[in-house]
Amino acid sequence: MQFSFTNEQEEFRSVLRRFFEDRSPPTTIRRLMETEAGYERDTWRALNQELGIGAVHVPEAYGGQGFSFVELGIVLEEMGRALVCAPYFASTALAATAILNAGSEPQKRDLLPGIGTGETVATLAFTEPNGRWDEAGVGLTATQAGGSWRLEGTKSFVLDGHTADLIVVLARRPGSQGKDGLSFFTVRGDAAGLTRRPLRVLDPTRKQALLSFAGVEADLLGEEGAAAAPFARTMMQAAVCLANENAGGADQLRQSALDYANLRVQFGRTIASFQSMKHKQADMLVDVELAKSAAYYAASAAAEDDPELPAIASLAKACTSEAYMQTAIHTVQIHGGIGFTWDNDTHLWFKRAKSSEVFLGTPAWHREKMMQVWEAA
Amino acid sequence: MSEATEASVRAEVRAWLEANWSVDRGLVEWRNMLIDSGWGVPTWPTDWYGRALPIGLEAVVEEEFRRVGAVGVAKTGIRRLAAATLLAHGTPAQKERFLRRSLTGEDTWCQLFSEPGSGSDLAGAMTRAEFKGNRWVINGQKVWTTSAHHADWGLLLARTDWDAPKHQGLTYFVIDMHQPAVQVHPLRQMNGHASFNQVFFTDAEVPPENLVAGIGKGWAVATTTLMHERRGADGISRWGAASTRPGRIYDEERAEIATVMEPYKWYPQRAGRVDLILSRARETGAIADPVVRQEIAKVLTLAKTAEWTARRARAAQVQGRPQGPEGSLGKLIGSHVSRAAASVHTLISGADAMLAGPDGPHDGTIAEILISFPANSIAGGTDEIQRNIISERVLGMPKEPRTDNDRPFRDVPKNVVT
Repeated sequence: MQFSFTNEQEEFRSVLRRFFEDRSPPTTIRRLMETEAGYERDTWRALNQELGIGAVHVPEAYGGQGFSFVELGIVLEEMGRALVCAPYFASTALAATAILNAGSEPQKRDLLPGIGTGETVATLAFTEPNGRWDEAGVGLTATQAGGSWRLEGTKSFVLDGHTADLIVVLARRPGSQGKDGLSFFTVRGDAAGLTRRPLRVLDPTRKQALLSFAGVEADLLGEEGAAAAPFARTMMQAAVCLANENAGGADQLRQSALDYANLRVQFGRTIASFQSMKHKQADMLVDVELAKSAAYYAASAAAEDDPELPAIASLAKACTSEAYMQTAIHTVQIHGGIGFTWDNDTHLWFKRAKSSEVFLGTPAWHREKMMQVWEAA
Repeated sequence: MSEATEASVRAEVRAWLEANWSVDRGLVEWRNMLIDSGWGVPTWPTDWYGRALPIGLEAVVEEEFRRVGAVGVAKTGIRRLAAATLLAHGTPAQKERFLRRSLTGEDTWCQLFSEPGSGSDLAGAMTRAEFKGNRWVINGQKVWTTSAHHADWGLLLARTDWDAPKHQGLTYFVIDMHQPAVQVHPLRQMNGHASFNQVFFTDAEVPPENLVAGIGKGWAVATTTLMHERRGADGISRWGAASTRPGRIYDEERAEIATVMEPYKWYPQRAGRVDLILSRARETGAIADPVVRQEIAKVLTLAKTAEWTARRARAAQVQGRPQGPEGSLGKLIGSHVSRAAASVHTLISGADAMLAGPDGPHDGTIAEILISFPANSIAGGTDEIQRNIISERVLGMPKEPRTDNDRPFRDVPKNVVT
């Protein structure tokens, strides 16, 4: 298990940090979050061309950079820190990962290079309006007729679902239950019978959509009826990705709260000089450093395909989500009244923290998953 | 000299152990061999019993020792802090006199810092050292002194100058504990144990050659001792565990550990016994309770992330990188772990949590957790002091306003209720 980053990884991180600081200042975040798409195609392509991070964890054979979840974790931590408005989580962390886990060789060669260059914006549609994050919530059906597959049903909470060019959809055989009869399919964003409605979301920096499938023609991805295992694996890896994004966002908020406390003067002294403020900042540092440890350990476990990953991924998701939310609450508090205004930037991260607390499963849900692994051990 | 590599060190220590290690040796005889060979404290300088190995290679040596079951130098208890402090600040004569016998385990030590009126405010120490004739004469009282009742030597912080500002009037001494003018009284704790003592000095004596690092330099030396103490509090510190193997040297080591570690026998309980949580929950059936499951998962998360944070700090140290914030948090995180673990043990035990001793779960071990954890957030620097240190030294926030370090100590309001 890796407990420190290599010099190359540290250098990679600092390049990303500088780039995102430069290209994703709060003015840009605020402009993009008001748009329906939430990002700009040109900027997204440029980002991929300049940084080559669109397929950082994808093997070179499929047009990727051939790195591991440790490097993907670094990208997500830095994106979370800068709150970059881009379809990266949907396209790279979710869709590319699902294709890697489920796709056949020719499918991986066909689908992944476009995601890597940013030409194709992809996403993964797995959750439905029932809001369950596991296979038990899947009701959308796939039926075969005349040599083609047709999808019928609804997906919700689909990241960038209204703008994606390629949608990976989790569906089941009619009448099947639980882990049985699950398959992945790919659907073009402009497919006939697909209705896409952007959802009004609490976190406007990460767009979601409701997708209705009315007999939409789809291509089977991987083997029919065998998606349970690749889906579970994708969810673990996605939880690790989100954990690293959470750690970056939490660290950014912690630093902004510290900077503000050092500037703000009351009673003739900076509020940073009050012990109540110092102790709160020390506690915030503890929360954030523990969250980083969880995120980094989980990224390393994902990279090594550690047998403990099912518990570790859930641990990291739960721990970092709570740290991010707690840090966001403290950060508003430390800013005082100004922290509750629209003009102050804290709420941008606060809303991401809240949205990510729920996305992919709440901390309590993940703790229960951890316990199911550990009680059996 | 060629540079030491992992492979070269491993080969060398392995060969040396093969040629010398035997369970039939006496403990002191063996440790003297370790000291003479440099394998006992390999990261220490070559002039003082070491091999000047980089910190990162220490683990390799330890691994080879474990592989053959070889006993190391005495590192348990306060002697570890004494040796580190004297190595850093002692005169050659002091090192000559004290280091070897500390490493062999022949001498035991205690730390005489805290006083009834100076706990968190350690530099407010009022124990008085006056030079009279040809020796230092000590008067005053210390408290929370672990192992004082069987220590040969004490690390003493005492005030030598009442006209200097607070931190500059302190001097560090090594005091002989075997003198009638030093009286040791055990202090009974809320968990019934008496690991600590009150120590009273009534015209106790210290010869001038036992003054460490110069008159008025005591605070800097004490800081070194405390740094080593807190470094050991990162949640994965090794308390001495006796081998159960047969052999003369193991018998002698077991006897030593039984004595030295006696005051620390409740320390695992103080830390919360996270290791018992899952098995206890299965035992009582609480594992089926969804509320308890949530709380168990929270504690295990805290304990694991605490360990990973300590390992991140160590990895950075091994790579020779500057210490990041993760290295300063271990003490505070350890308090959180023990508090949360005690709370979960209560949930798991239900009504049995009210029972102690032979009537209590695990022959009283669980009860001991429930009444010992509060020590963890106090001993070795309270959580509040840790938060001050983290916010000031790691985060660079303003220091606490002070009125006590710009005037003679004589004029500073003292920490006593009058």
